[in-house]
Amino acid sequence: MLIKLPRSSDCKASQITPESIYFSRRTLLGAGLAGAALGALPRLGAAAEMSRYADVEAGAAPGWFNDKLASARWQAVTVSGEAITPFKDATHYNNFYEFGPDKGDPAANAGSLKTEPWSLVVDGEVAKPGRYALEDFIKPYQLEERIYRLRCVEAWSMVIPWLGFPLAEVLKQVEPTSKARYIRFETLEDPKSMPGQRSGFALIDWPYVEGLRLDEAMNPLAILAVGMYGRELPNQNGAPLRLVVPWKYGFKSIKSIVRISLVAEQPQTTWQGLAPDEYGFYANVNPTVDHPRWTQARERRLPSGLFSPNVRDTLMFNGYADEVASLYTGLDLRKNY
Amino acid sequence: MRYPWLRLAIFVCGCLFPIWWLYEAAMGLLGPDPGKIMVDRLGLGALVFLLITLSMTPLQRLTGWSGWIVVRRQLGLWCFAYIVLHMTAYMVFILGLDWGQFGVELRKRPYIIVGALGFLGLLALAVTSNRYSQRRLGARWKKLHRLVYVILGLGLLHFLWIVRSDLKEWAVYAAIGVFLLVLRIPPVWRRVPRLVGRGRAA
Repeated sequence: MLIKLPRSSDCKASQITPESIYFSRRTLLGAGLAGAALGALPRLGAAAEMSRYADVEAGAAPGWFNDKLASARWQAVTVSGEAITPFKDATHYNNFYEFGPDKGDPAANAGSLKTEPWSLVVDGEVAKPGRYALEDFIKPYQLEERIYRLRCVEAWSMVIPWLGFPLAEVLKQVEPTSKARYIRFETLEDPKSMPGQRSGFALIDWPYVEGLRLDEAMNPLAILAVGMYGRELPNQNGAPLRLVVPWKYGFKSIKSIVRISLVAEQPQTTWQGLAPDEYGFYANVNPTVDHPRWTQARERRLPSGLFSPNVRDTLMFNGYADEVASLYTGLDLRKNY
Repeated sequence: MRYPWLRLAIFVCGCLFPIWWLYEAAMGLLGPDPGKIMVDRLGLGALVFLLITLSMTPLQRLTGWSGWIVVRRQLGLWCFAYIVLHMTAYMVFILGLDWGQFGVELRKRPYIIVGALGFLGLLALAVTSNRYSQRRLGARWKKLHRLVYVILGLGLLHFLWIVRSDLKEWAVYAAIGVFLLVLRIPPVWRRVPRLVGRGRAA
């Protein structure tokens, strides 16, 4: 056996500068100088602030996202007295069954998802149906940072800073007709890049479908998100475009949307089809209505360590009752879970 | 005592897994919800020990080696130990030691009821696993310990009712379990060949 003892002056292979970076050192230098020059301008410098949150993995944001980020309204909605979930946890503990049934599967497998180019169909009861390239679809809207609690139906929760825009503004753009009463969303179906969709044992009928009543969709809290933690969405979190409805269980906040339809009838949603007695159309966070298999009265706020369990009471409408309770006056929430 | 090293190796294995998982949790390697992962792994560990325990008799038949039967009791007791840890972890990490809530769960949730019945069965088997009970119960001991087949069924049902969207993992364990049960049906059992050790004194 040949045993090689490296001399202390030897370079390891891992320390060698990649050729592309070596050849682009002048561009880097130039960019550095330009950056310094920009930084000298007080207003622009503030907009270029990159890592607002600790330990955020840098992404490879498409150009349109960076353009939008420059004019984002930071902390448009915040939560008081709550710690934001660490980026690592929010991106490595996910339910995204298209990429596998375990919590770590989406982070491990979602790299295969191709989010650029991405096109989106808007159809149904709208005056302006169409197929959009994502960057064109986003164009009219200003990004806002919304820090929301996220409560999963499985009784765990997180606090996540999203970057998105109100769904209500999208509805204004596409002009629902008088027949439109519900909004229906559809996730990408692409077994080639989504291993979960290739599984013969999956109980889910792809593609994943979710929906909202039109007045719920118009509520200012409901947003379409394209980013989180000051960067674009990681694939496992629903890149490049997802819904965020903070007063409902997480499964309502559909990921990687390819189709938005305005419809007259209440759409049949995925989980409702799979287990109608467990997952209703409304799926509002409600501590007084249990999931048949577990209680919804309490939740594990993650991270919840073995030696420091963080179990807390679940709040009605996930703490957003002031904003949304009026949507449901006269509705029996026990029947319409 | 026969095969002391084999017994010791199984004992060390049984201890090592929970210790390793605790270490992983302490190092933050289990992600943000380690309590849930501990509950799941301990439950699955118990099922694996149960399936291994049930493979001992067929293996003895196939190979004629008596060592399989010698370690069977210890393996069964490991299954019981993991279930005790599984329930403890569930109480501490999922219910936050809220005993009132545990009462509610015991009344309302079919999968908890089935799991609790399985536990009671295992408890009966663990308590009567010593030589003294074997002697005292005589022929009834064997009958009582056939309860293990019912426990396997309860365990698989408990597991099935937790599945949310993908049956693959469950199907693998269920298939192994069903295979081990089918082997024991008398007409099948008679056809199980003795591969090695034919002709040696039985």
